Amino acid sequence: MAHYKMHLLVCGGTGCRASQSDKIVENLTAEIEKLGLENDAQVVTTGCFGFCEKGPIVKVVPDNTFYTQVKLEDCAEIVKEHVLKGRKVKRLLYEDPETKKHIEDSKHMGFYQKQLRIALRNCGFIDPENIDEYIAREGYAAIAKILEEMTPQEAIDVLKKSGLRGRGGGGFPTGLKWEFASKNMADQKYVVCNADEGDPGAFMDRSILEGDPHSVIEAMAICGYCIGATKGLVYIRAEYPLAIKRLQTALKQAREYGLLGEDIMGTGFGFEIELKFGAGAFVCGEETALIHSMEGNRGEPTVKPPFPAEKGYLGKPTNVNNVETLANIPVIFNKGASWFSSIGSEKSKGTKVFALAGKINNVGLIEVPMGITLREVIFEIGGGIKNGKKFKAVQTGGPSGGCLTEKHLDTPIDFDNLLAAGSMMGSGGMIVMDEDDCMVAMAKFYLEFTVEESCGKCAPCRVGNKRLHEILEKICAGKGTEDDLEYLQNLSKVIKDTALCGLGQTSPNPVLSTLEHFYDEYLAHVRERICIAGSCKALKLYTIIADKCTGCTACTRACPVGAITGEKRQPHVIDADKCIRCGACYDKCKFSAIHVQ
Amino acid sequence: MSTSTLKLQDSQIKIINNICDSFNNNPGELISILHRAQGEFGFLPEEVQRAISDKLNISIAKVYGVVSFYSFFTMTPKGRHAISICMGTACYVRGAEKIVDEFKEQLGIDVGGVTEDGKFSLDCLRCVGACGLAPVVLIGEKVYGRVETHQVKEIIESYKD
Repeated sequence: MAHYKMHLLVCGGTGCRASQSDKIVENLTAEIEKLGLENDAQVVTTGCFGFCEKGPIVKVVPDNTFYTQVKLEDCAEIVKEHVLKGRKVKRLLYEDPETKKHIEDSKHMGFYQKQLRIALRNCGFIDPENIDEYIAREGYAAIAKILEEMTPQEAIDVLKKSGLRGRGGGGFPTGLKWEFASKNMADQKYVVCNADEGDPGAFMDRSILEGDPHSVIEAMAICGYCIGATKGLVYIRAEYPLAIKRLQTALKQAREYGLLGEDIMGTGFGFEIELKFGAGAFVCGEETALIHSMEGNRGEPTVKPPFPAEKGYLGKPTNVNNVETLANIPVIFNKGASWFSSIGSEKSKGTKVFALAGKINNVGLIEVPMGITLREVIFEIGGGIKNGKKFKAVQTGGPSGGCLTEKHLDTPIDFDNLLAAGSMMGSGGMIVMDEDDCMVAMAKFYLEFTVEESCGKCAPCRVGNKRLHEILEKICAGKGTEDDLEYLQNLSKVIKDTALCGLGQTSPNPVLSTLEHFYDEYLAHVRERICIAGSCKALKLYTIIADKCTGCTACTRACPVGAITGEKRQPHVIDADKCIRCGACYDKCKFSAIHVQ
Repeated sequence: MSTSTLKLQDSQIKIINNICDSFNNNPGELISILHRAQGEFGFLPEEVQRAISDKLNISIAKVYGVVSFYSFFTMTPKGRHAISICMGTACYVRGAEKIVDEFKEQLGIDVGGVTEDGKFSLDCLRCVGACGLAPVVLIGEKVYGRVETHQVKEIIESYKD
């Protein structure tokens, strides 16, 4: 293998590719060839660096130079200056938003300083389409060690000792789950990887599959050995074409290297993996629904027990783990259970990957030790709220979770603390909201999602959520009453207690948690007909500031319902009863005399 | 729901049969078969579903049940340029709703609709995972990031055919 002095790592994740990072790879390679530097520097397409806000990213190693928002025309300069002359291109370096200084080494960026990357250890570091790079980073060492030195039960014990809990949402201890599946005897068992990431605003699993597919494949094979399965299935969203392609490439390479197939590494253990495509149904993230979908049916959940560990895919014992959970497993065997359990909080070990999005400066993918506070995540890693606005809330756990507010900022994040605060870990979506976001409208947004995604099997979810959504619509339209708030509470509790599956049981969470933390906002909607955040259109109150109004009559002419009256060159007034809140006057006024509340 | 029909020719039935054969006519592979069929025909009209149910020897109700359950499958043809607007939470809080309204107004169609000339169709989808670029609009395979309402007209006009 050639030995290069320098590597230019270009992010090939979905986010950066949308900004032409594939063409940047071509340009950089061409420039390197033009200057005859092809023996000194190599361009590598990697997985996601996580810093999606400033993509496309080009990172140069070994000096950890981190170029952000690289354009096609910057490639020549990077190669000529940095690769040839060893001088960094200053203007492309990441600029610290506070000190306004360019940061020369990515290790000193606030975004990375508090992170600890275990599941994402290879993302943004290796070429996901090259198995040799994975192997060079201790890849397939864990399965080699396990197949040679350990019995299945010994390996399961390591996992139990590590304290790893499922990263898909529930937080069930992974080792225990494997043990259940291993104890149920059958002629065939299955290992399933749940890659049906349906939580809107979350892209953890996609990034892992795009950036480090082999770690998932290795972990599935380890699971197969432990529970006694020879077949694995990855249930993946059809909407993730790049992840599918990378996974297919990785599977092919693993087969060629004898790391999948019959008789892996000459140990007599055989394991094969097949892909199954989802077709866009959020409920299929629930294990029983997922299994029905893999069998070619409607993805409707069934009552547990029987658990998949007893009766799963095609009626056989099946172990379902999510992508991030699996990505943690090879490292646990390489570095030991006690290393893993030394990270994190008392009952939540290791790290968690979060997709930071919404009104935050540094949108991206982060991995932090469990027990870190929300304040550290949002203000130190996330760089604070966009446009200097005020932090209002953060939604974790997606449509099944709840919102956390300012008073939770110093709560350590782990499975149990989030549950106690009325939210949940979920798969790792973290949506930050600022003062302009109306919490009633947010609850309505999530309910709209649930109504659309409800499979319709049980009445509490099918009918109950529809009713919840209608009431929220009514409140946002300025037609709600105080009785509605009580009705929301009660109905939410009924749905929570009686729905069949996890989707239904958690669907009222956004309503309950916003009611708890932002009751004032609900009250203002139904009592004073005011939306404090100014986002509910029907509740906007338009008034004219008499001091600023010149009486030009532009607004009178613009108003479609004749709600504005006044003499020429005299301050005008808006009749609030006639006003339809269309905002036409606001757009027309040249003197900023229209006030919107 | 309005659905479009399509009279299948023998060659098209053959295509469907070949797809089913490649999955050993296994009803457990119904979703994979539908994916392939939709890839071939662009949508899944009743006739295609009927041909699949005949070949796999399962009821058409079962096929329709699956097609109607999953949002990825469609029974109406898409426009030549399929516009999908991400309505994931990240895009929503960054103003995707306004972008949807602007596209609706510019094209004169509702979400789920197709323009009369068959050039554009408009849909919402849940998270393409490019949240750093929110709000995101997909037209065919092309991704438009950080879209603002005033750019919508320009984007539509750039599709000339």
